[in-house]
Amino acid sequence: MKLSFSAEDEQFRAEVAGWLQDNLKGEFARLRYRGGPGDEHTYPEERKVWEQKLAEGGWTCVGWPKEYGGKGCSIEQQVIFFEEYARAGAPGRVGHIGEGLAGPTIIAFGTEAQKQKYLPGIVAGTELWCQGYSEPGAGSDLANVKTKARFDEVRGKWVLNGQKVWTSLAHESDYCFVIARTDPESVAHRGLGFFLVKMDQPGIEIRPIEQITGTSEFNEVFFDDAECDAGDIVGAPGDGWKVAMGLLGFERGVSTLGQQMQFQNELDDIVALARENGAADISDIRQRIARAHAELKIMRYNAMRMLSGHSVSDGSLQKEALIYKLFWASWHRSLGELAMDVMGPECEILEGAPYELSRLQAMYLFVRSDTIYGGTNQIQRNIIAERGLGMPKEPRPALK
Amino acid sequence: MDFAFTEEQEMIRDTAAAFLAEVSSSEAVRRAMATESGYDSALWRRICDEMYWQAIHIPEAYGGLGLGYVELVAMMEQMGRYLLCSPYFSTVCLATNALLVAGNEDQKTRWLGELGAGQVTATLAFNGGSRSWAADSITASFRREGDEFVLNGDYRYVIDGHTAGLLVVAAREEGSSGEQGISLFLVPAQTAGVRRRWLPTLDQARKQAAVTLDNVRLDGTSLMGACGQAWPALGKVLDLAAIALAAEQVGGCQQLLDMTVEYTTERVQFNRPIASFQAVKHKAADMMLKTEVARSAVYYAACVADEALRGGELGAELPEAASVAKSYCSDAYFAVAGEALQLFGGVGFTWEYDVHLYFKRAKSSEHLLGDGSSHRERLAVTLLDQGRSS
Ligand SMILES: Cc1cc2nc3c(=O)[nH]c(=O)nc-3n(C[C@H](O)[C@H](O)[C@H](O)COP(=O)(O)OP(=O)(O)OC[C@H]3O[C@@H](n4cnc5c(N)ncnc54)[C@H](O)[C@@H]3O)c2cc1C
Repeated sequence: MKLSFSAEDEQFRAEVAGWLQDNLKGEFARLRYRGGPGDEHTYPEERKVWEQKLAEGGWTCVGWPKEYGGKGCSIEQQVIFFEEYARAGAPGRVGHIGEGLAGPTIIAFGTEAQKQKYLPGIVAGTELWCQGYSEPGAGSDLANVKTKARFDEVRGKWVLNGQKVWTSLAHESDYCFVIARTDPESVAHRGLGFFLVKMDQPGIEIRPIEQITGTSEFNEVFFDDAECDAGDIVGAPGDGWKVAMGLLGFERGVSTLGQQMQFQNELDDIVALARENGAADISDIRQRIARAHAELKIMRYNAMRMLSGHSVSDGSLQKEALIYKLFWASWHRSLGELAMDVMGPECEILEGAPYELSRLQAMYLFVRSDTIYGGTNQIQRNIIAERGLGMPKEPRPALK
Repeated sequence: MDFAFTEEQEMIRDTAAAFLAEVSSSEAVRRAMATESGYDSALWRRICDEMYWQAIHIPEAYGGLGLGYVELVAMMEQMGRYLLCSPYFSTVCLATNALLVAGNEDQKTRWLGELGAGQVTATLAFNGGSRSWAADSITASFRREGDEFVLNGDYRYVIDGHTAGLLVVAAREEGSSGEQGISLFLVPAQTAGVRRRWLPTLDQARKQAAVTLDNVRLDGTSLMGACGQAWPALGKVLDLAAIALAAEQVGGCQQLLDMTVEYTTERVQFNRPIASFQAVKHKAADMMLKTEVARSAVYYAACVADEALRGGELGAELPEAASVAKSYCSDAYFAVAGEALQLFGGVGFTWEYDVHLYFKRAKSSEHLLGDGSSHRERLAVTLLDQGRSS
């Protein structure tokens, strides 16, 4: 076991930190610590400009292979990049769905033409993506999607009809990757397709949904004869589920080290507040702060274990990776509660009307979604028990 | 950065697991725990003479194997998994660490030599019967009389104190308090004035004793380090030991999880294996989460401990890493043991099934060297009190 980084990597760290110091200022200074989860409605235009600034510096898609415009960074360097990015308080990335999900999927499963068409815009930070999976009838049971895709032989285009819901940042996005049923007779995960769809077209309507925070980051998206080209399906019709699941495997936790740095910033705020307002003298609060601190440390060690794992080559997650989402989501949710309890009765008082939340108030509300999106805590436990421990699957009624 | 076992470390772990599966069966554990000494001396001889585990992290210069703390932790994890009854924790994780940290050259040459050769077992006595496990738990005292030291006082919770051949004891200068005035001494168990009494315990697989020093006279060669200034060294030893204990706790968690998955997969109720009920699966998933998180905490702490002993930079994190690991692992082990007992149903409540052995070990190791909340309080002091006027 070796915990230290090589001299070369430390040099890289200095380079990242230096670039951020030189660039995260002037017009961008007010973006510091903004736009993260729960705050994504803040400064969207400015953050798009920042995304392009990053691209100019060569700091988008650092983990992608060089041949696709990435930086080809090693795991260690990616860790360093995300850590330094968060340490500097650099803003939430508007391009993260393209860089982290859409791009890697296209690289892994896409055609040469799809790579040419879509990857450069992600690397340049000019084209933003959203994820069109969930539907009113397909949440945890994602395979139950009803949105249909029909190939129109005459026009040579795929035509989509149906509805997506909870689509984060759809209103800011240029493209959406959508799973839809290519075989209208099919059920469950058979007969699905994975589509790359342009958002700005007559067949798509986006309606924002107001969230628990009073702001809107996610939307309903309606497809009414929406179109994409014949070449915009990733994999064959019927392969959609395989492609969508392959995508989940790309989240190996590299970027989570940056997320942890953001968690650390939040915990630091809570500690500072507790020292100031006397909550630090209450034994229950002391225990909870110490627990949050200890578990955040361990979260980092756990991520380091995930990244160092030697046995990931078969694509299956190791045990420490399987538990990771459940661990961080539950941890973060308790941090929100801790923040309120450290504030005491002051936690009720808003920054302003009608519903202007402080950073900690927004965090407290937003973390409730961490245990819901990306597989709820219950679904995570099902996966851990079935894949991690080999326990029998829930008996299901036979498919009709 | 490469935060995974090397091939050699994996080999050490696998060898330990295979050996322990053979020699530390449920029957062997039950036989050993029913005795007052608490271990099978023939097995201990095999461990010392064939496996050299007692010498694992003693430097080669003193006749040891010269391996690191990561290897020691890998070993402890397996011992926790198989509930090995032996004086290993007391001899290696308490006394040997004390010698490594606080012994002078002569003391190391003599005692590490004997310990490494398996000629003697040893332990550490310091707590006079307090829940604190910190400096203020030391109540035994010493005074100087000419060239001699005279020690008096009582110790409780001394692991293997009734069988150890060598006692490393902490005592405070008469009239001192807190972290001041503490010294460490090497006391062969046969020294006049040393009285030892086995204390029957809830967890029978780890033996504890009360030790009384009644005008024990020692010459200057017994004193470890500068007189009255041993607390920082002793604190370090306790942190190192807490990390080893946390590794043992991780091994216990893993064994309970494996046993529970196996049992619930076989046991059928309502015409289904009970493992197919979601209420059962979700408990098992939480057990796995706690086990893996505990393991991450311990492996990191092991790297820190290794550097702390070798003088590396990361060694500065020792107190924090020890408290992070011991607090998380203590709570995790007890929670996992409680869930296991529940999921075994009635048989989990019997003496015949092994669950209770782990359930009892979980509680005993939780309270040994400080429970979860005391370690969290230690973290809280650093986070919340330093530099704050209240
Ligand atoms: C902030 C936010 C952003 C999101 N962004 C996106 C996005 O960009 N794109 C997108 O496609 N989706 C997005 N989602 C949707 C998200 O993935 C779904 O909300 C999630 O999968 C849960 O589905 P559901 O809301 O329909 O809840 P349901 O599936 O109806 O679940 C309701 C409750 O039942 C439980 N439950 C369901 N099935 C089981 C089971 N088998 N066993 C035990 N318990 C069960 C769940 O755990 C939950 O507690 C977002 C959601 C949120 C909150």
